[in-house]
Amino acid sequence: MKYLGRRLAHGILLLVGASLLCFLFTDLAPGSFFDEIKLNPQISPETVAALRSHYGLDQPTSVRYVGWVKSVFKGEWGYSFAYNSPVRGLLMLRAGNTLLLTGVATLLVWLIAVPLGIWIADHPDAWSDRLCRGGTSILLSVPELVLVLGFLCLAVRTHALPVGGMASVGFDQLGRWSKLGDLIMHLIIPVITLVLAGLPILLRHVRASMTEVLKAPFVQAARGHGVAKTRLLFRYALPAAANPLISLFGFSVGGLLSGSLLVEVVTGWPGLGPLLLEATMSRDLYVVVGVVMLSTVFMILGNFLADVMLVAADPRIRMQ
Amino acid sequence: MTAEQGAKRAAKPALVRVKGLHKRYVHRPVFSRSEFAVDALKNVDLELQPECLTALVGASGSGKSTLALCLAMLEKSDAGEIWFEEREISRCAAHELAWLRPKIQMVFQDSAGALNPFFSAAQIVAEPLEVQRRESGRKLRLRACELMEEVGLSADWADRSPLEFSGGQRQRLAIARAIALQPTLLILDESLSGLDLVTQAQILNLLADIRFARSLTCLLISHDLSLVGQVADHIAVMHQGTIVERGTRQRVFGNPQHTHTRELLAATPGLELAFRTAQPGMRT
Repeated sequence: MKYLGRRLAHGILLLVGASLLCFLFTDLAPGSFFDEIKLNPQISPETVAALRSHYGLDQPTSVRYVGWVKSVFKGEWGYSFAYNSPVRGLLMLRAGNTLLLTGVATLLVWLIAVPLGIWIADHPDAWSDRLCRGGTSILLSVPELVLVLGFLCLAVRTHALPVGGMASVGFDQLGRWSKLGDLIMHLIIPVITLVLAGLPILLRHVRASMTEVLKAPFVQAARGHGVAKTRLLFRYALPAAANPLISLFGFSVGGLLSGSLLVEVVTGWPGLGPLLLEATMSRDLYVVVGVVMLSTVFMILGNFLADVMLVAADPRIRMQ
Repeated sequence: MTAEQGAKRAAKPALVRVKGLHKRYVHRPVFSRSEFAVDALKNVDLELQPECLTALVGASGSGKSTLALCLAMLEKSDAGEIWFEEREISRCAAHELAWLRPKIQMVFQDSAGALNPFFSAAQIVAEPLEVQRRESGRKLRLRACELMEEVGLSADWADRSPLEFSGGQRQRLAIARAIALQPTLLILDESLSGLDLVTQAQILNLLADIRFARSLTCLLISHDLSLVGQVADHIAVMHQGTIVERGTRQRVFGNPQHTHTRELLAATPGLELAFRTAQPGMRT
């Protein structure tokens, strides 16, 4: 408990530090949301100055930071200049879409990588192992952007899949199952891209951990006692190999909001990616800070979850 | 060993006979046609006499542990034969080895790594009995506690994690687990390395007691020749995957024939001389 309390306190400190740095760096970036408005001859400099004053942009950074912290506690998370609304509502809608995409992809990555990694670790240097090692090497060297563009080209040529967005035209008129089918069709390209990008790393980690543990003397001893293969793999080897995988699981949870930004932008998925890009381009300060902070919260929560799971799962860590 | 005991044992057929054993480890990089191969065992011949302690000595990387793993059927050899109790076992499939598993047990060097950190001491000792369905329920735990006491560990420690034991205690726990199934052959793979001299002596005494009480045949793998000189009946010397010399302890240490045996003995000053003095008739 003491260890977890320390980790939690560490996480909170990290969150405060990240928010300060995020605020500082966005403030250091040149220009502001109202710079483009200044170029419009129909809007007077006095109006722009009044708008800047209204949104607190004429205040020093420290004052604006304190104001932003207060708005976080009020549940607004700052105010979007572009959408003229509190940031929280904007983020929640988009974060839901992002979580749907990354949640499905992450689940698939783990469902494929763990059993496949265990299997190839149990058959070292077999054709399946060589195929997986070769395949993951190729996938690791291909950028995510190339993959998603390749799939979009394929979709455009074959007309088999929708090429962007989250819903087809006339989505609202569809029945419940048709809506679900339409959503699944739109999910296919971004999900496959994210799975192919995330699978090689996890698969290699599962294989490496299991290969190492399968050579451990206690596993050899269990084999010598006649322990059956399935029990040996899942009751003996997998718990001992789980540590690096639990840490990776923490990263997977942490990356749920930030891992798909590029794919979302390219496929037009209405998640946090396009919102962040748009807000960065237009210097919508609080939206950028909101997205970054939400991703940081997920990263800290993911790592905390991994710490809790490690303590629960491994007596060696509890002993330490 | 008395002359009578020696004659009795000599009359029995060898418990283990190894003939022309080969083991090659091959690694093939993914995008390459070439392969890296290491011949860990080359044409190994060995016999283990029943109820004797045979020591396998040699430099690191000479193939001692690979031979032990092949004998325990934890590694599959590529060629050659392994006969155990007059049955050829080297080509047996995994499901055909059920009868053999309880008969050959191994104690590993790394006592911390050899015990499942997710199990308690009692669970570790009881594991082979449970797997082989020898005991179950309350009796299983009682038997595990008895075995712990047999190797000098208090039954009160049954629920402790193996991480809470010292190196010597962990090795005792590993021995308790190994003898649980009443094996015929016990392989000790560098089991005394890394222990202080007092603990080594305690474990050696424990092994001697267990060996005589249970009529165990032992294969002791070690690079500590002075230790081997104290306890072994027979000695086999391994060099680059081959057994270059074997015989009784007096013969191998008192009258070494192979250059590598002489080199090993030269690294332990006084040992060869001690054996020569003990046997004045030997050629020098």
